[in-house]
Amino acid sequence: MKEKAKILDKETIQKAVQRMAHEILERNKDKKNLVIIGIKYRGAFLAERLVKAIEKIEKTKLLIGALDITLYRDDLTEVAEQPIVHATEIGFDISGKTIILADDVLYTGRTIRCALDALIDFGRPAKIQLAVLVDRGHRELPIRADYVGKNLPTAQAEVVEVRLEESDGKDEVVICEK
Amino acid sequence: MREIITNVATNKKPVWTKKDLLGLEYLSREEIELILHTAKSFKEVTTRQIKKVPALRGKTVVNLFYEPSTRTRTSFELAAKRLSADVINIATESSSIKKGETLIDTGRNIEALKIDIIVVRHNASGAPNILAKAVRSSVVNAGDGRHEHPTQALLDMFTLKEKLGNLEGRKVSIIGDIKHSRVCRSNIWGLTKLGVHVTVCAPELLIPEGIEKMGVSTTSNINEALDGADAINVLRMQFERDSALAFPSKGEYFREYGITEDRLKKCKKNIIVMHPGPINRGVEMSSEVADGTNSVILEQVTNGIAVRMAVLYLVATAKR
Repeated sequence: MKEKAKILDKETIQKAVQRMAHEILERNKDKKNLVIIGIKYRGAFLAERLVKAIEKIEKTKLLIGALDITLYRDDLTEVAEQPIVHATEIGFDISGKTIILADDVLYTGRTIRCALDALIDFGRPAKIQLAVLVDRGHRELPIRADYVGKNLPTAQAEVVEVRLEESDGKDEVVICEK
Repeated sequence: MREIITNVATNKKPVWTKKDLLGLEYLSREEIELILHTAKSFKEVTTRQIKKVPALRGKTVVNLFYEPSTRTRTSFELAAKRLSADVINIATESSSIKKGETLIDTGRNIEALKIDIIVVRHNASGAPNILAKAVRSSVVNAGDGRHEHPTQALLDMFTLKEKLGNLEGRKVSIIGDIKHSRVCRSNIWGLTKLGVHVTVCAPELLIPEGIEKMGVSTTSNINEALDGADAINVLRMQFERDSALAFPSKGEYFREYGITEDRLKKCKKNIIVMHPGPINRGVEMSSEVADGTNSVILEQVTNGIAVRMAVLYLVATAKR
């Protein structure tokens, strides 16, 4: 795959996370019930960063969880590569909570659909809001994000790669061509 | 969490490509580790309030049991149900198999019903292999003759890994009727592939000739088997069947080989005591040991569901 353009770097990613943290706090006055759950894997790292940023602004502790959505996929027996199942780590009751669901890229919306189904099997949250680092368009389901780091119009032939230090050794978002 | 990420980064993603699970003899170390890793994720599912995920929705699993079984069949049934698959149980006593239908014909009929996975237990060694060749459905061996009982060995290894972490270089002794035990054979295949030193211990007549070729040490002295072991897997003595021919008296067996608190005192302090069940209390081990702090017997039962969920999931989504 050929890299076409670098969309975000370390500094702009950090600024985007910072801004999303402020927007989350602005929309949710009741911080007591606010929790953040990231979709494994890169969404989970984004969740960690959002929690850090929010805690710095507000000096409050937030509960954090990580969700694996493999078992809820609608294409389990069709995908070219068998996905590896990982464990979900949510160490608290989500009933009555406002959940900020975090993921790296919002594309077709199918991952988010899985995540919503999975979350609701854990309890009945008061609200679920969606935070993504990049929204690249091309939705196949009626799903939208509440907090977006970067809106990025793309062609379907392009691939958006989010790289984070925790998993890839460096922070950047690039567009590649298949 | 980080460990998996490195795998993704280096692109060394383990994949499951086998239609069937017939025995641990046929698996690589990587495949065994993939099952155990997947089972870990499924164990988390079994601790949830809603213990069910939609992964195998629309798939059908049939339990085809030619031998009586309660725990294995129930465990497979629960595993399939927790994956949202539909389950049918066929016990041979109440089926046309009594009328003389052959295994392959039964298999083809089941396949004609559009069944995705056949879980089979049979008294003939190798029966699942024959069935697997005859049908396109996945076949999972739930115990065949004296050959293999792969999911039991996998749940034993899963339980060991939970307690000990990495199994490389650990010492595990298997004690009891080695000769007639498919649980033992599967454990030997699996454990040796993971780098475990395995010792089998039984009265001489219950140690099959040439078992050393499988890479294990043998002894008929219980103290040798216990000395330095990280874990012992105590097998059921089948006095109602084969075992009796080699060792007629239960009382004598308990005196010579039974696991008691006194014997455990001389072992490693945290030695793990396993048993595939059902236990003969006062034959293979004393009640104090079975219910004691070293025993993980009931955890094995719990882990059995997670391991079987992993196996059903992997064969159903295999990239053939």
